[in-house]
Amino acid sequence: MNLGKVIGTIWATRKYEALNNTKMQLVQPLDFEQNEIGEPVIAVDTIGAGPGETIFYITSSEAVIPMDVDFAPVDAAIVGIVDSINLENNKQ
Amino acid sequence: MILGKVIGTVWSTRKDENLVGMKFLIVKHLKLDYTEKDAFTVAVDSVGAGVGEVVLFAQGSSARQTKLTKNKPVDAVIMAIVDKLDVNGKPVKDE
Repeated sequence: MNLGKVIGTIWATRKYEALNNTKMQLVQPLDFEQNEIGEPVIAVDTIGAGPGETIFYITSSEAVIPMDVDFAPVDAAIVGIVDSINLENNKQ
Repeated sequence: MILGKVIGTVWSTRKDENLVGMKFLIVKHLKLDYTEKDAFTVAVDSVGAGVGEVVLFAQGSSARQTKLTKNKPVDAVIMAIVDKLDVNGKPVKDE
């Protein structure tokens, strides 16, 4: 699982049919100090994360598991919204 | 998934027989303002994307999760054509 921040949204009407009425959000990966690291990815969002929220997401073929369908070409999915992060030495 | 722009097509007759009937599109990876990066990927098209269109493609074993690419030696599939992308609340223009 990876930490990320929702920084945008994608709309696509022409897509693989199993993805119909699936929300896709633009996620910027974060490190534990919530600094931006790496390239943004687009992830399926079955949780309903809002823009700017810190989330955690999974990648590769497991990304289809949160969806209603069990066979769809997705490689990233938001699986939770972060309330707080406690690091060993200080509290974020 | 990541953003890309279709810039061309790859034709191949001598190939793994599992790949017969698939369309291979050259997809340039894009930054969030739709400018092209250097990287590109050859991806199987599952939605009828055309040259010049901004698309999303899935990579890795997820790419085999379509009727077309199931159990086929494919690791990248175009699965959406982007109508609109908002970044930080502002729509991205595709010149």
